Amino acid sequence: MIRTYALLAWTWTRAAAQYPVSFALMTAGGAVVGGLDIAAIWVIFANTDRLAGFGLTEVMFLYGASQLAFALADLLFGNLDRISRHIVSGTLDVMLIRPASPFVQVASDRFTPHRIGRSIQAGAVLAVGLSRLDVPLGRVWMVPVMVVSGIVIFTALFTLGGALQFLLTAAPEVANAFTYGGATLTQYPLSVYDPRIVRGLTFGLPLAFVNWQPGLYVLGRPDPLGLPSWTGLLSPAAALALAAVAALAWRAGIRRYRSTGS
Amino acid sequence: MIEADGVGRTFRVRGRIVHAVRDLSFRVAAGEFVACLGPNGAGKSTTIKMLTGILTPTSGRVRVAGLDPSRRRTALARRIGVVFGQRTTLWWDLPLRDSLELVRLLYKVDRKVFRERLDDMCDRLDLGGFLATPVRQLSLGQRMRGDIAAALLHDPAVLVLDEPTIGLDVVSKAEVRDFLRRRCAEHGTTVLLTTHDLGDVERLCRRVLLIDHGRLAFDGTVDELRATAPGRASIEDVVADLYLRSRTTPRTPPLPRPAPDGPSATA
Amino acid sequence: MTVIPGHGAAVALYPRLAWYGFRRHATYWAAALAGAFTNTVFGVLRAYVLIALWQARPGLGGYDVAGAVTFTFLTQAFIGPMQLFGGGLDLPERIRTGDVALDLVRPASLQLWCLSEDLGRAVYLFAVRGGPPTLVGALLFGIVAPHAPAAFLLSVALGVLVSFAWRYIVALATCWVMDDRGLAVLSMVLTTFFSGLMLPLSIFPGWFGELSRALPWSAMAQVPADVYLGTADPARALGFQALWAAVLLALGALMTGAARRKVVIQGG
Repeated sequence: MIRTYALLAWTWTRAAAQYPVSFALMTAGGAVVGGLDIAAIWVIFANTDRLAGFGLTEVMFLYGASQLAFALADLLFGNLDRISRHIVSGTLDVMLIRPASPFVQVASDRFTPHRIGRSIQAGAVLAVGLSRLDVPLGRVWMVPVMVVSGIVIFTALFTLGGALQFLLTAAPEVANAFTYGGATLTQYPLSVYDPRIVRGLTFGLPLAFVNWQPGLYVLGRPDPLGLPSWTGLLSPAAALALAAVAALAWRAGIRRYRSTGS
Repeated sequence: MIEADGVGRTFRVRGRIVHAVRDLSFRVAAGEFVACLGPNGAGKSTTIKMLTGILTPTSGRVRVAGLDPSRRRTALARRIGVVFGQRTTLWWDLPLRDSLELVRLLYKVDRKVFRERLDDMCDRLDLGGFLATPVRQLSLGQRMRGDIAAALLHDPAVLVLDEPTIGLDVVSKAEVRDFLRRRCAEHGTTVLLTTHDLGDVERLCRRVLLIDHGRLAFDGTVDELRATAPGRASIEDVVADLYLRSRTTPRTPPLPRPAPDGPSATA
Repeated sequence: MTVIPGHGAAVALYPRLAWYGFRRHATYWAAALAGAFTNTVFGVLRAYVLIALWQARPGLGGYDVAGAVTFTFLTQAFIGPMQLFGGGLDLPERIRTGDVALDLVRPASLQLWCLSEDLGRAVYLFAVRGGPPTLVGALLFGIVAPHAPAAFLLSVALGVLVSFAWRYIVALATCWVMDDRGLAVLSMVLTTFFSGLMLPLSIFPGWFGELSRALPWSAMAQVPADVYLGTADPARALGFQALWAAVLLALGALMTGAARRKVVIQGG
C-alpha cells in the first residue's frame, strides 16, 4: 500500500516539478496563507500578555505542533475529501478495477506537493516556540510523538469526512467544517473554549490529544479540567482508536458503494 | 473463464425496486470472443460492473478467472483488463507514456517485458505519435487505443470492454476491431465486449449474448442468431425482431422499465 | 463611457440581470447552506478566542465582550455576501476561456453587467449564508441589537459594492497577468486579513492598525460591523465606504476600457 501510494504521489510530484516557478510560488503562497493565522496570534499578543492563562511562546508552541500535524496530514491525505467528485464522475469505478486499495488511490490522486509550504511555515513556528520555552529533556521527547499522533488524528478526520460522503454526496463542505475546523480550533489553547466543548474533544472526538493534552505535559502545566498529568501520554492510543473507527467507516463506505452502485 | 449463474441485481430507485439484471446465466470459455448486445438500459453495463468487482450482485454467483469479483477484487484486478468506452482508465492530466508507466508499476510488470509489450502495442495500435500528449488532449480514437494498451500491458487472461467503439469514426473503429480480433486469436485472451454496434458483432465474434430488460434473450453463434429470423436480410433487423419478441412475450407481472443501468451509470 | 441605446431598455436590463444572478445562486442552495454551516462553526471558534482576549483586556478597541462576540458573528455572516474568500464572479473563467471577448464588445458596460449579477448573488447569500451564523451567535452567545438599522443596511450594501469593485479589478487583471491563481491567493490573503474577518482592525497596533483601517478591505466587513455596533460614526463610515467604492469602480472602468482595446485591437 505504501509502495502504491509512493508511486502515485511521485508521479504527480514529477509532473508538478515541470513547472518549477509555479511550484515555488504556490509553496510560498501556502506559507503566506498559514502565516495569516500566526499573524493574528501576534496581533492578539500585541494587546495582552496572556490569553486564557498562556503566553505567546506557549501558544506558538501549541499552534506550531497542531498546524504542522495538520499540514502534513493534508499533504498526504487531504485529497480524501474529494471522494464525492470521484463518485459523481465515475472515476471511483476506474479505481476499483485496479489492483490497489481505493483509499490509497483517492488519497494520492492529484497529490499536491506544494502543500509542503504550510508544513514548513508551521514547523518554523514550532521550532521558534520550542527554542524559547526551555523544555526539560525528560519531556521534549513528547513533541515528535504529539506531532505524529496529530497527523494520525487529522488523517482519521479526513477519512471520516470521506466516508461520510459515501452517504451524502453533497457533504464535502460539511466534512470540511470538521477537518479544517478541527485544525483552527487547535491553534489556540483549549482553555479558551467552553469546558463542555473541551470535554467533548477529550472523551468524544479526541482533538484534545492533537496538541493540548500532550502540550500540557510538555509545558508541565496542570489541566484546567483536572485530568491527571499523564493524560497527554495517551495521545498515541487516542490517535489509534480514532484511526480504527475511521478505517471501519471507510470500509463501510466502500462496501456500501459496491453494493448499491452509488 | 467467465461463469454467471442466476445472477441478479436490483436497485432501489426513488423508493421502487428496479431489476437491472435478472437471472442471468452464461458461460464464456477461455479464449472465446463474446459480444454482449442489448438496447440502452438493458443491463449490459451493470453486468460488466458485476463481472469486474465494481458492483456486487444481489443474487446468483459470478466467477471470473476462477475468482469471485466481489470478494477477490484486487486479485482479480491483476488478471483482467477493463476498458470503459465512456470514461478513461488513464490519468487525465498526465502524458500517455506516464500513464502507461504507472500501469506498469501498479501491476508490477517487469521492465523488460513491459518494454517489449509496449513496443508491440505501439506498433499495432499506432500509439507512437501521441505517447507524449496529455490524455486530456487526445482525440477519442487515440484515447481508446491508449485505454486498450493500458488494459493489456499486464497480459490479462480476460479483457472486458464496455462499449469500446462508441463515438469512434469508421477508421478508428476498424483499427480497434482489427486489434481486438488479432489479440484474441494470437494471445488466447478471453474477450467480452458490450456494444450497440452490430458492425462490431458481425466483424469480431462468433458468439453473441443478447440482454434485454436484464434477461438473457439470446445466447448462441451469429449464424444461430440469423436463423431466428430467416426472412430478414440484415442482422440489425434480426436483432430488432428479437427485442420485439422478448418484449411481447407475456411475463407476469409486466416488467417496469428499468432506469438506465441503475443510478450509478453516468452516460 | 459607452452609449447605451434606448435608455428605457438599459434601465430594465440591469435589474433583470440582478434577478438572474439571484435566481442562479438560489439553485445552489445546498452549497450555500453547507457554507453557512461552516461559517457558523468558525464563528463559534472565533468567538471563544475573542472572549478570552476581551476577558484579559476589557474594553479593548472600544468594544465590550458582547460587542466583540457580535462583531465575530457579523463578520462571519458577511463572508457570503461580500465573498471575503474571493469568487462570486464568472469573469475569471470567461477570461480564461476567452469568452470575455464577446462580453467586451457588447453595447453594455461589462462592469455594470457583472455588478448587477453580483448584487443578485449578494442578496441571496445575505439571507442564506448571513442568517444562520447570526442566529446561532444570538442563540449561543447573545448578540447586541443594531445601533442604527437603516444605516447598517446601507453600510452592508456599500460593503458589497466595495467588495465587488475589488474582485472585479482582480478578475480583470488576469487579462494582463498570466497567473490567475497567484492573484486569487494574494487577493484572498489581503481580503481575509484586512477586512476585519480574522480580528477587529481596531486592535491592530500602532501605525499598522491605522494603515489597515484606511485600506479598502476594511470597508467590506469592519465598517458595516462597526456601524451595526455603533462604534463608528455612521456618516463618516458610509462616506469612507462610498469613497473607496467610487475609487475602485473608477479603476475598474478604466481597466475595462483598456481590456476592450486590447481585445479589439490585438484580438487578445
